[in-house]
Amino acid sequence: MSAGGRTRLPVLLAIWAALLAAPFWLPLIGGYTALGTRVLVLGLAAMSLNFLLGFTGVLSFGHAAWFGLGAYGAGLSLKFLAASTPLALLFGTLLGGVLGAALGALIVHRRGIYFAMVTIAFGQVFYYIAYRWNSLTGGDDGLRGFARQPIALGPWHIDILNSGLAFYYFVLFCFALAVGAMALLLRSPFGGTLLAIRENERRARFLGIPVELHVWIAFALSCLFISFAGGLYALLNNFADPNNLHYSLSGDLVIMAVMGGMRNFWGPLLGAAVFVVLQDYVSSLTTNWMSFIGLLFVLVVLFFPRGLLGVARGKSAA
Amino acid sequence: MNGIGRRTLLQATAAAGLVRLTSPFIISARGDSPVRIGMVDPLTGAYAAPARNEVMGAQLAVARLNAKGGVLGRQVELLVEDSANDVGTGVQKARKLIERDNVSFMIGDVNSAIAQAIAQVTNEKGLLQIVSGGHTDPITGTDCKWNVYRVCNTTRMEANSVCDVLFKKYGPKWHFITPDYAFGHTLQSAIEANLKTLGGTVTGAELTPLGTSDFSAYLIKARSANPNVIILLVQGQDMVNCLKQIVQFGINKQIPVAGTQQELESLEALPPEARIGNWMFEWYWNQPDVPHLAEFVADIRKVNGGKVPTARHWFGFTSVMSFALAAAQANSIDSLKLAHALSDLELPPEVKLQPNKVFYRGGDHQLMLSAFVGEARAHGPQDPEDLFKVDRVVAGSDIAPPVADTGCTLHWPA
Amino acid sequence: MTELLLFNVTNGLIIGAFYVLMALGLSLILNLSGVINFAHGGFLALGGYLAYTLTPHVGFWGALLLSPLLTAALGLVLERLLIRRLYGRDPLYSLLLTFGLAFIFEDGTRFVWGAQGLPVSVPAFLNQPVSNELFFITYYRLFMVAVVAVAVAALFLFLRYSRVGIRIRAGTLDLETVSTLGVNVGRLRAINFGAGIFLAGLSGVLAGGQLGLDPTMGSGLLMPSFIAIIVGGVGSLPGTLVGGLLIGVAAGVTAVFVPSASDAVMYVLMAVVLLARPRGLMGEEGLMT
Repeated sequence: MSAGGRTRLPVLLAIWAALLAAPFWLPLIGGYTALGTRVLVLGLAAMSLNFLLGFTGVLSFGHAAWFGLGAYGAGLSLKFLAASTPLALLFGTLLGGVLGAALGALIVHRRGIYFAMVTIAFGQVFYYIAYRWNSLTGGDDGLRGFARQPIALGPWHIDILNSGLAFYYFVLFCFALAVGAMALLLRSPFGGTLLAIRENERRARFLGIPVELHVWIAFALSCLFISFAGGLYALLNNFADPNNLHYSLSGDLVIMAVMGGMRNFWGPLLGAAVFVVLQDYVSSLTTNWMSFIGLLFVLVVLFFPRGLLGVARGKSAA
Repeated sequence: MNGIGRRTLLQATAAAGLVRLTSPFIISARGDSPVRIGMVDPLTGAYAAPARNEVMGAQLAVARLNAKGGVLGRQVELLVEDSANDVGTGVQKARKLIERDNVSFMIGDVNSAIAQAIAQVTNEKGLLQIVSGGHTDPITGTDCKWNVYRVCNTTRMEANSVCDVLFKKYGPKWHFITPDYAFGHTLQSAIEANLKTLGGTVTGAELTPLGTSDFSAYLIKARSANPNVIILLVQGQDMVNCLKQIVQFGINKQIPVAGTQQELESLEALPPEARIGNWMFEWYWNQPDVPHLAEFVADIRKVNGGKVPTARHWFGFTSVMSFALAAAQANSIDSLKLAHALSDLELPPEVKLQPNKVFYRGGDHQLMLSAFVGEARAHGPQDPEDLFKVDRVVAGSDIAPPVADTGCTLHWPA
Repeated sequence: MTELLLFNVTNGLIIGAFYVLMALGLSLILNLSGVINFAHGGFLALGGYLAYTLTPHVGFWGALLLSPLLTAALGLVLERLLIRRLYGRDPLYSLLLTFGLAFIFEDGTRFVWGAQGLPVSVPAFLNQPVSNELFFITYYRLFMVAVVAVAVAALFLFLRYSRVGIRIRAGTLDLETVSTLGVNVGRLRAINFGAGIFLAGLSGVLAGGQLGLDPTMGSGLLMPSFIAIIVGGVGSLPGTLVGGLLIGVAAGVTAVFVPSASDAVMYVLMAVVLLARPRGLMGEEGLMT
């Protein structure tokens, strides 16, 4: 996203064309549909995080908590409330979104490294709850015994459960909705204010912008979006487990955003694609894949701090 | 994904100039290709040691099969994927093995939660799966599936194998140190049921979270309850830490320690003075007069840095061998036919490597393997790794609850 | 009941002392350099494993000193090669870098020493309880507390009276001024980082004597240290000391009444402290916003 905040039309068309055709070109390069679905879900999560990180300039290192709450919310809804996929997504999104908003209100006064530490620690609180509340969440065994339900669209019945392909397009549809909403928000005057806060918080304050309020709204929205992604993740696996909330997933999401390019709207999606594919590929080759992923973190920090798109576009941000 | 769509798109993308330049993946041709076995296990994370041992056992089985001409005349290829002890990753890897690599059979996982999640996938795809090392009861109980078999024990089998011994040896008042998740809860209630029949009582149960490193607070409580025996149900690293602290505190000098499942991996991670207690092993490498056992131990030693096989090696080995046995009997690698062939299939001596009849029970798909009941010891008399003295070997069919009590109802595809 | 409570408070203090040791190292690095060292758990595990390898050659006592030194040496190398480049940049980058290092540490430990857990042998006389009554106080745990006390005292004396120590403290408050006064800030940070890693290595050896060694052991001990720092107040070493002891004791007291919540209580404590006093118990206002 350049200063104007827009991705050019041909690029945009290319991105959507690639996503729409992914189930067909993925197998040709050794991928598989479920891998594409995973990239979409984690890409959406990374983009949601980046809404806060890249466009408001606030570092949350505990966003996996909201992702995981979305997953548990969706799972619990399917298991105990009703066999409805849309309801599950709604419930998951609200669970993570509302709790995220509540916590956000407590910590918006903090910044920088302190904010990061507090988000990690509070994120672990929710991890801990999911891990210990056996009777509700299944504890370490995870929440199971639910499955995504077919979507009824008037006379049509879309079987997203048994068809991996149909589920991919369902996720892509959800992805498009969320990404569209994010883009609209960022283009609105509200989005402009967020950028102003990111660039110079003190100046924004002098201009009379209620900084805390804006950061809080951005935090809450970011939680809402990432919970939605978490709900999709639960549907992808038909499972929710405590690792979905662990800070190590938060770290993965941050590296996706940074690696792709924080200042670019589409950067985190690219980062997620590279990260997920690389991890999937390397971990099949060697049991020492953790070293490679660790090395990736180090290399990105040292040599690509602006991310892949940041490098490609030079100084397009700022 | 249907064949036509695939081909048309192949041409389309080739035309578009989208060549596989960037792709690190290798696509091997189909046809008379090897039979592929997929294995998902947590090679990294808390269960890395048992998982890697399972893989080693499976690899030995594959090598042996291939040396004898493979399965149905086709060579066998084992594709191992790391579930990283994470359900999402495990499911992803299972889908990858099925969708991309077209495996004919799936093995996994040490972690019960991942094993169950993978079972959902294999069931959806109609693929045979053997759960090598996940112990939670529902896999061959309330959650059993036509395509899923299990090699390792259920918690109820474990409980039934040792309770009477412990009762006779130590007395009626028991105190539990139980890992606070489904596995621990079911194991504890299975033991409590046994204890009740025997006429014993429970003085209390300390529920410890998985991954507890300091057990002192729980041990203080357990000791003050003054039971006849402390029953440790924690596993893996938790078992190591708990036993270590019990010995440091000298609690074992006043109250004996015992439990159900113990593993050689854990005993080897303990200092000699902490290798104590009465337990059961699911398989043990040092048994007198068992045909083919010496050869198996020697073969594993060759690839395991000179160390002996553990129960985990045998689980991996048996999982692969079971597939080969079923394929030979069904003369097919179609999952439905394989699943029918495995039903009530008895393992031959060169696979079972233990006394008693060992077979997959048709009603719940649980392997009826023997339980090795005995005592841990600080040092092996002849071999440094002979850390367990086996007192008796119980047949699996004697300790497994009847099928009707497992809650399993199998639904076969029409 | 009173006895059980007393037992558990004492026990909590012992556990808390261990948290303090780990958290102080983390806190040192955070305060001067603004780096949250996610790899601290990795350094801890390395310290334990090195002790395992060294013990047959130099004995437990030799390993107790040598292993933290070697760990600190590796820490200095990594500081020089990697972490130094990130000082003064967005904390995001040091977080990510050390996060990646933690991965490499866990994998490296597993690669070198194997996935199987290992035992560290401690001298037999340490491995027994002080008395039958106070069975949960072993000589080893007393010894641990003593080591922590010595290390803490040495650290505070060093910071209070030595020239480098005073500069480190000054740098924590205002690095720019310290730099303009002609102090070599780079070297100051390196020494400080090395000291922090030394404490991590020491924690690792001590943990190895009490728990089993396992490649994943460090990550489980990281979170209590984190919370100790937040509760005590970011930027304050005495705060970290108090924070670590406090969560240890809180866990001990809870263990008497609600055993299953004994490890949850530190999170509750953190939440309460943050709500009532956002900068932590002894954190200075404005130091770390």
